[in-house]
Amino acid sequence: MTNHDHIEGHDAHAHGEGMDKKRIWSVFGILLALTCLEFLIALGFVHHWGILHKGTMLNIIYIVLTLIKAYYIVAFFMHLKFEKSGFIITVGIVFIFIIYFIILMMVEGGHLHESFTHQPIFQHK
Amino acid sequence: MSTTVSQLDKVKEGPWSGGKSPWNLEYGKIMMWFFLVSDAFTFSAFLIYYGAQKYAQPTWIDADKIFQSIPGIAESGQPLVFVGIMTFILILSSVTMVLAVEAGHRNSKQEVVKWMLWTILGGLMFVGCQAIEWSHLHHQGFWFGRNPATGLTDPNAIIEALQPYFTKEISYTAALQFSNLFFTITGFHGFHVSIGILLNIIILSMTLNNTFENRGSYLMVEKVGLYWHFVDLVWVFVFTFFYLI
Repeated sequence: MTNHDHIEGHDAHAHGEGMDKKRIWSVFGILLALTCLEFLIALGFVHHWGILHKGTMLNIIYIVLTLIKAYYIVAFFMHLKFEKSGFIITVGIVFIFIIYFIILMMVEGGHLHESFTHQPIFQHK
Repeated sequence: MSTTVSQLDKVKEGPWSGGKSPWNLEYGKIMMWFFLVSDAFTFSAFLIYYGAQKYAQPTWIDADKIFQSIPGIAESGQPLVFVGIMTFILILSSVTMVLAVEAGHRNSKQEVVKWMLWTILGGLMFVGCQAIEWSHLHHQGFWFGRNPATGLTDPNAIIEALQPYFTKEISYTAALQFSNLFFTITGFHGFHVSIGILLNIIILSMTLNNTFENRGSYLMVEKVGLYWHFVDLVWVFVFTFFYLI
């Protein structure tokens, strides 16, 4: 039990150093700015002015912005950046499977797309 | 000569040699992280399936056309504005949660209570907005296993019913898949938010009962905070894949 308490106390202490109020609000500012940028692109450039058009390029821009936001939430709000590197690797490395799954499903989706668009539909007699 | 210490007697100092916590994290917090990783897998599977379906279909519902009302202000013509408000609310409630955690580090009960109240308020507002969004779509004819053209047999009537939601060709199947996946994924996310609000209320009442004050640490606020940020994180992805792309 004493050991447990010791860890808790130490933990709380170590974490006090990572994020102060100023930093919290600056991370909020970054997240807000990125979200506003997404809206500017979606509402302004695409919907209103028609400068950009929906397509792969635009999707990549959106996904990159999303991943940057995800990084700030996980690293600063969830405090992962300030944990021991062993823990960061443990939590992060499993997402290799998710990347692999995305690749698999894109291959699958591409194949289905091909079939849906090119193969004729035969009427049942 | 005699100062040589035998291999067995040597004090081991590596982080994994025992005697100290190698990650310097409390058990419950590690378990919360592992739960969140598994939950991230569930959400990823949902969203990847959505992406694969959308990629496979030759046509898909246009997000700008289906989400274009601000309840109580504008019935149509305002794409993304309402979901923008929802996103803002959720990010802000995430910030108030970190502020509660930060106040917990300073053992300041009053501030923890203040920020937890704001967080709960933000969560309730988000769930409320989602309920409005759901009822709006339900009113238009979308629901689990249903889209506005369900039950129609005349091809022209089907086209007429689905016309407002498509920019490219019109597909009944695509509309149905969109409907199912939208309600499933936002529903699962909304369920997480609701659980999060419940956890926040429990934590708030424990704070008010001086439980953490007596325990000497507000670590529990941190653990629930991790869950709450995760919910925010998932929304960032749901927002991108449903509303932007």
